[in-house]
Amino acid sequence: MGLFDRFKKTITDLSEKLSFDRLTEGLAKTRDSFVSRLRKALFAGRKIDASLLAEIEEILISSDVGVATSEQIISRLKERVRQDKIEDADSIITILKDVIASMLAESPSSHNDRHFVIADDNKPLVILVIGVNGVGKTTTIGKLAYNYRQAGRSVIIGAADTFRAAANEQLEIWAQRAGVDIVQQKQGADPAAVVYDTLNAATARSTDVVIIDTAGRLHNKQGLMQELGKIGRVMKKVKPDAPDEVFLVLDATTGQNALQQAKEFTKVAPLTGIILTKLDGTAKGGAVLAIAASLNVSVRYIGVGEKIDDLQVFDPIAFVEALFEERTMVDV
Amino acid sequence: MFESLQEKLEDALKRIRGQSKLTEDNVAEALTEVRRALLDADVNLGVTTDFINNVKEKSLGLEVKGSLLPGQLMIKLIHDELVALMGTERSELALAPQPPTIVMVAGLQGSGKTTFCAKLAYSLKKKGRQPLLVACDIYRPAAIDQLRMLGQQISLPVFSKDDAKPLEIAKDALTYARKYGRDVVIVDTAGRLTIDEEMMQEVADLKGAIKPQEIFFVCDAMTGQDAVNTAKAFNDRLELTGVVLTKLDGDTRGGAALSIRSVLGKPIKYVGVGEKIDQLEPFHPERIASRILGMGDVITLVEKAQSQIDEKEAERLEEKIRKNQFTFEDFLDQMKMIKKMGSLRDLIGMLPGMDKALRNVQLDDKAFSRVEAMILSMTIHERRNPRVLNGSRRRRVAGGSGTTVQDVNRLIKQFEDMQKMMKSMSSGHKGDIARLQQQAALKGKMRQRAFR
Repeated sequence: MGLFDRFKKTITDLSEKLSFDRLTEGLAKTRDSFVSRLRKALFAGRKIDASLLAEIEEILISSDVGVATSEQIISRLKERVRQDKIEDADSIITILKDVIASMLAESPSSHNDRHFVIADDNKPLVILVIGVNGVGKTTTIGKLAYNYRQAGRSVIIGAADTFRAAANEQLEIWAQRAGVDIVQQKQGADPAAVVYDTLNAATARSTDVVIIDTAGRLHNKQGLMQELGKIGRVMKKVKPDAPDEVFLVLDATTGQNALQQAKEFTKVAPLTGIILTKLDGTAKGGAVLAIAASLNVSVRYIGVGEKIDDLQVFDPIAFVEALFEERTMVDV
Repeated sequence: MFESLQEKLEDALKRIRGQSKLTEDNVAEALTEVRRALLDADVNLGVTTDFINNVKEKSLGLEVKGSLLPGQLMIKLIHDELVALMGTERSELALAPQPPTIVMVAGLQGSGKTTFCAKLAYSLKKKGRQPLLVACDIYRPAAIDQLRMLGQQISLPVFSKDDAKPLEIAKDALTYARKYGRDVVIVDTAGRLTIDEEMMQEVADLKGAIKPQEIFFVCDAMTGQDAVNTAKAFNDRLELTGVVLTKLDGDTRGGAALSIRSVLGKPIKYVGVGEKIDQLEPFHPERIASRILGMGDVITLVEKAQSQIDEKEAERLEEKIRKNQFTFEDFLDQMKMIKKMGSLRDLIGMLPGMDKALRNVQLDDKAFSRVEAMILSMTIHERRNPRVLNGSRRRRVAGGSGTTVQDVNRLIKQFEDMQKMMKSMSSGHKGDIARLQQQAALKGKMRQRAFR
């Protein structure tokens, strides 16, 4: 290993360590309510019985894991307890961690690309970002653009949210922060036209990545959902196999409706990934489990803070580690 | 609205509905389903457990009276408990004895605070007040621009100040409001996380300085289990006076509404039901409880119709129908009125049982526009005297409205049928009408018996 390689490895290790810390910090609140409550339930001498399992199930449910996924976790837990003939309640946390980790490992999220690779013959990579109102699409796009910039890719953002007041202005500020170009039209313009312009601009400038911001829409609004279909069709005029990625942004604060959103959006724009935002702050890490375990789409990124570098590639194993991390964070 | 919870409860209660006896077993079975439905609807776990225990306790000690089926009794119980959870009264905006009244909103990021502020201002303006919007979200990029643009849309002033802290902006806004006679001041604040101590302190300081009469927590109706904790944290710092529920036009099950109301004990004052500036409604706990149980929301529908349809206009119409002078012009007026009441789907959704039946039907508001276009393509003479519409006139109408002659024929046929029906109703088949009325009264009574 040459000096340069060793240097590079140190940097990589360091940055991975940093991002793990950020993750641990962001999940502090979830951990507090989740793992601490588990610990409380497992006082010394506690037997593994139905009432303990019911208690664990309740803790899972109140962390937004959802009834179905919680039941699934509990049944796997039971299976393991029976198989390994475990009697000591203390070891149940380790098993629970195992069970959750293995569920996530089976989910599509375990194959996430961490290097922002783009094939040369597939430029520009077209990313369509969609979601309901107020989940943080625009902010996420700013961060996503920043991630690609950091990986050395050129990025152009298309401001196709032409509905919400000042959406353009907001995205413009994020584009500046990330140091990328932006294509926009007046408020009220046809979003499909903005998309068409953006893709043409990207082709002309041979940009690596195109990220399209769209207006927030509730997934039960027929007309607005069809508008997404139109955006997809218009893209294909410039790049036949566009969009390459369709990311649905979900707010981690959202409860069980998140699953409904994913189902409805994928009907008009087949999802290739989910971005889960606002994971910091409140005790809602459980939503990740529900989504990763019950949807056929991988959770690609998670937002763990408000800063521009607070969007992370979702790593299920690191996530479980951070969730069960025992140390206490002084600064939270 | 709440449709999934409604659906689930309906499923769970179907089993009990048909049964003649309430036993501990079948109550328990139905309640397991109800519990699951409530949890799936994001109702807080603690709230759900209390709810189930309450219903269980009350249902077992209950005597079956008169012609009521035990299942109906059970539905009544669940209904009453839901109403109790959501509060039994609706409350108006508290006004200051000395204007300006100050309203402050707070909440998490993306809950819809800025949009709510504009909607509230607009609804107050319609009632003759002179609101001032104040932009105190200095953090989110372009948040101030957003409020400014919304203010422009509804022609109301927006107070903002560059390079100033929220406290200073709000104080200056109050001075401005007093000087220019604005009687309601609506202060929009930045979205913040409850664990962000600095930001929570900021909003608490803001509250201390401007002493608002109303402090609203704006909550996304889709929020999950954590809604209660978040609302509590805001309440601890701000002593909220009410809650605003946004994005209720989605298909969310809206459990957050139940949870927050029952844990905080603060009224839900408004609900946001759409992206347009006039889509803000007062919260009616009774009605929404009824809706959850699949009884529809007839009161809202009736009130909506009443507010849009001019009484005199209605009398004029009745007169016309009686004299059989109903023309295409009246038809057009009718359609405009219905359109004013909202989309067809919204209206039908409020009728009992219809919501579920129509869930998967594509309701075409455009069909309305086509009919409208056809009528508008007729001359005034033709509208008043549909009989003159011969083949060549029909072709012209079809061409003018972008439809086909077949469409025009169908419209005229429907219109003639309607005229006939009206004629038969008004020309003294009193027996028919009386029978209809009797039936309607009977149905009303049955419903009252079942649910009051």
